[in-house]
Amino acid sequence: MIRENTTEPLWWGLFSAGGVVAAFLVPIHVIIAGFAVPLGWISDPGMLYRSWLVRIYLFVLISLPLYHWAHRFYFAVNDMQLGVPRKPLSLLCYGGAVVGTVVTAWVLLRL
Amino acid sequence: MSATRPDRSKLYHQQVPSTWWLKKSTYFLFMLRELSSVFIALFLVVYLVQLYQLSDGPQAYAAFTHKLSSPGWILFHLVVLLFAIYHSFTWFQSTAVILVLRIGDRVIPREMVTALNIGAWGLVSLAILILFLALKG
Repeated sequence: MIRENTTEPLWWGLFSAGGVVAAFLVPIHVIIAGFAVPLGWISDPGMLYRSWLVRIYLFVLISLPLYHWAHRFYFAVNDMQLGVPRKPLSLLCYGGAVVGTVVTAWVLLRL
Repeated sequence: MSATRPDRSKLYHQQVPSTWWLKKSTYFLFMLRELSSVFIALFLVVYLVQLYQLSDGPQAYAAFTHKLSSPGWILFHLVVLLFAIYHSFTWFQSTAVILVLRIGDRVIPREMVTALNIGAWGLVSLAILILFLALKG
């Protein structure tokens, strides 16, 4: 018998929260940042990002879907049966999301 | 509840080829849904890089934004948008399975819960767009 992974509820919770953020918030941000601003439909001098409320919002917007990615990608690669060992893969996925969270905080703090 | 599971190595595993998800359209759509998270994460990383330019001043930010108007980046964002919308729809569909809403004794049909979520998504998107236009300066 092996011990149950007791951190699973934490990762699942972050996955779920990230899924909600991605579903409700990401598409409009793709339209704004991917099309409207680059193509000049909306001018954006970047003043918006001086606000702390905006930065806190962006922290949530960027960091949570990274955990959503980690969880889905980990299980998708496992399900594909590509022979990728589980331990390094989980470290890459969940560790990547944690590193992404720290980098996001760092970028937003020094704006 | 026991906090233990049977040892994985002692369980029977059926060998499945790595291409199993290409064999049936529902499996393929499942895998597309899972992989939508990759494109969403890539978009957020690019967005973060764009925001990072601001710490080098407005010129660096404008230059990076201009770079994103090239056909390659527009195509990238188009692919991301399709995956993001696919994620939203499938997420609201699974929410409707998990979230059982009732009015009195009657269970609200799943399609209705999905539709309510889609409606809320539209309102939230509109609110973000309006806030962006109001605050962008």
